[in-house]
Amino acid sequence: MEVYLDNSATTRVSPRAAEAMMKIIGSVYGNPSSLHAKGLEAERSLRAARRTVADSIGSDESEIIFTSGGTEANNLAVLGAARARRKRGNKIVTTAFEHSSVFEACKELESEGFEVVYIEPDENGSISSDAFSQAIDGNTILVSAMYVNNELGTILPVERIQRIIKKKNAPALFHCDAVQGYGKLPIKVKKLGCDLLTVSAHKIHGPKGCGALFIKKGVHIKPLVYGGEQERKIRPGTEALPLICGFAAACEELEDIPGRLGAITQLRDYTLSKLEAIGGVVRNSPQDALPYIINVSAVGVRSETMLHFLENKEIYVSSGSACSKGKKSHVLSAMKLEDKRIDSALRISFSCDSTKEEADALAAAVKEGMETLVKAYG
Amino acid sequence: MKEIILAKVGEVVLKGLNRKNFEDLLIKNIRRKLNPLGPFEVKASQSTIRITPLDDSIDMDEAADKVGKVFGVVAYCRACAVEKDIEAIKAAAIEYLADTLEDARSFKVESKRSDKKFPYGSPDISKIVGSFIADSFPELEVDVHNPEVTVTVEVRDMAAYVHANALPGAGGLPIPSGGRAAILISGGIDSPVAAYMMAKRGIELTAIHFASPPYTSERAEEKVRTLLEIVSDYAGRIEMYTVPFTKIQEEIKRSCPEDLFTIIMRRMMMRVSQRIAEQHECLALITGESLGQVASQTLGAIACTDETVTMPVFRPLIGMDKKEIVAVSEKINTFETSLLPYEDCCTVFTPRHPRTKPKPEMVRKAEAAVVWDEMIEEAVQNVKVNVIYPK
Repeated sequence: MEVYLDNSATTRVSPRAAEAMMKIIGSVYGNPSSLHAKGLEAERSLRAARRTVADSIGSDESEIIFTSGGTEANNLAVLGAARARRKRGNKIVTTAFEHSSVFEACKELESEGFEVVYIEPDENGSISSDAFSQAIDGNTILVSAMYVNNELGTILPVERIQRIIKKKNAPALFHCDAVQGYGKLPIKVKKLGCDLLTVSAHKIHGPKGCGALFIKKGVHIKPLVYGGEQERKIRPGTEALPLICGFAAACEELEDIPGRLGAITQLRDYTLSKLEAIGGVVRNSPQDALPYIINVSAVGVRSETMLHFLENKEIYVSSGSACSKGKKSHVLSAMKLEDKRIDSALRISFSCDSTKEEADALAAAVKEGMETLVKAYG
Repeated sequence: MKEIILAKVGEVVLKGLNRKNFEDLLIKNIRRKLNPLGPFEVKASQSTIRITPLDDSIDMDEAADKVGKVFGVVAYCRACAVEKDIEAIKAAAIEYLADTLEDARSFKVESKRSDKKFPYGSPDISKIVGSFIADSFPELEVDVHNPEVTVTVEVRDMAAYVHANALPGAGGLPIPSGGRAAILISGGIDSPVAAYMMAKRGIELTAIHFASPPYTSERAEEKVRTLLEIVSDYAGRIEMYTVPFTKIQEEIKRSCPEDLFTIIMRRMMMRVSQRIAEQHECLALITGESLGQVASQTLGAIACTDETVTMPVFRPLIGMDKKEIVAVSEKINTFETSLLPYEDCCTVFTPRHPRTKPKPEMVRKAEAAVVWDEMIEEAVQNVKVNVIYPK
């Protein structure tokens, strides 16, 4: 039995999404910008897809810009917003545990002369709204914070941020990287109060290579690339229609998010109880983390060793975060965990398809690993 | 603590003996609008309509947005319904309005007591709740003249309601209290705004669009459908009739003097429109003209256009500047779609120098060269219907 528990890295494409893409590849091959009937057919598919994606976050279809994925959407949001607001202030507030596509974009902005404040997570791996309140001031033009941390599953108090911005009278836009929370928590852009929001298709059983940036009506950002009129000139280039339609098909399958959340919470509790019963296994995720993500340390066995041991049994998990292989996790370091706990951290991430049988297989294999593998530490 | 929506009706209450009819229409429209979100109880009492969700999972943000788009609602707010007990009211004020009060700098409390059995009078309620809020939010100042937040306590027959500032509603009168009229819509900025403005006065809309393929494309028609869909978010279901106009336009081009192309085309459109409007029991035509905006919208041109029809022609934008029209189109969200660059039947065969002061006799004479009746009849016979619903 293949046990895929690395769904925060990526997910299997759902049959429905695959079918939707094949349909477009096979027959709807027109360019949505062409004036003839093939173009119109393609434009209609594009529009329907845009509406579906917009509905999934409670936005208007005119507020959705399709991109090549979460990384591009994050870059477009952070660089585009900061560069558009340069005259109104110089400060950017973000967190120290953002995805690298936000973090590195902020580094780039520092080299362009912006001041960037990186809020450190506390010992629980969380960030309080007070921390944002202290960092945001009248010179702040952009706040970028993720909804859910990809390593721990920590849920950030993002719905407070817009209120803080208002209270401080800051000329700031609020960008939320919602890639890890999308499809898992109910997301309404109005409720979150964000001006910009990033989502990605491949975390919700859609294709890789496709994401979207929500840009609130009336908010202006600078594009990163220049060309045609597509995507309101903010992201020109012929639209990746097959991928976009695959994305929309995956969105349509996002049903009963609160119900799924309840089921996954049960599965998470079950899995954790099994894992924590194994000697040496401790949990790193905070109690109130998103239940789709479990971060644990199998203390004594290096992450990568355990990962390969599990892989031999067709069980797939991640060591820390898949985006920063080999690097010591910044998040776990910020939590001031002991080195041996950081070195042995594993991230198990569920999808709505995950089962108890998979959890059992994982727990049995981790137990076997802990009993048979040579420990790196005494 | 139960959250409800209170919608204030304005002009509707002025309608004397017809008031009940207006109120019933308004309630029906609110119900229809909220239907996709789940079950609600919608009831009128005094000049307020009380909207109560009957299911805990209902998205109240969306419900409030939708109520804000129903014509006839002057103002609306989300409120917390509590027991008629002063302690419960105090608790609701600081819990339910916590976020609002925390963000505000100043406030005051206003009370309305329609249940005279309630032991405290309105000034007492305001005083008690006000000082409790002031104690609970020490940074908040009391300002009775110009407060940022007005906390309102309403003690009614069934319950007490606590809410903060109301938002302005869509205003106007409930549809279809104004009857039915047909909007001539091309796809530009103005006609969707005109449609919205008449719908606001309670008009039920029928739409007439002229298509001249292959001079105009399927996309231009699609654009009009999109615009109507946005308008229908306010106006409700709209029947759209697309008129095949190619033959008439080609004939105008062939047989009439160039400087009169536009004016003759407008006259043909009016003739066709009146026929369609009559078939569908519309009592008026609506256009998006604004005086002097273009050659066909001068007083002379309008007078020359209107002599072809007997129905009243409403032009709600007649006294508005372009800037004002754009502002409404941005507010109702049609602006961006209106800008899409497709040829429409008004831009096909545009004369180089259109006549701004056409003399009716001159135009009549130019038209007389052709027998139009059959062509008009054919266009009317071959209209294509689409029914547009709010998305």
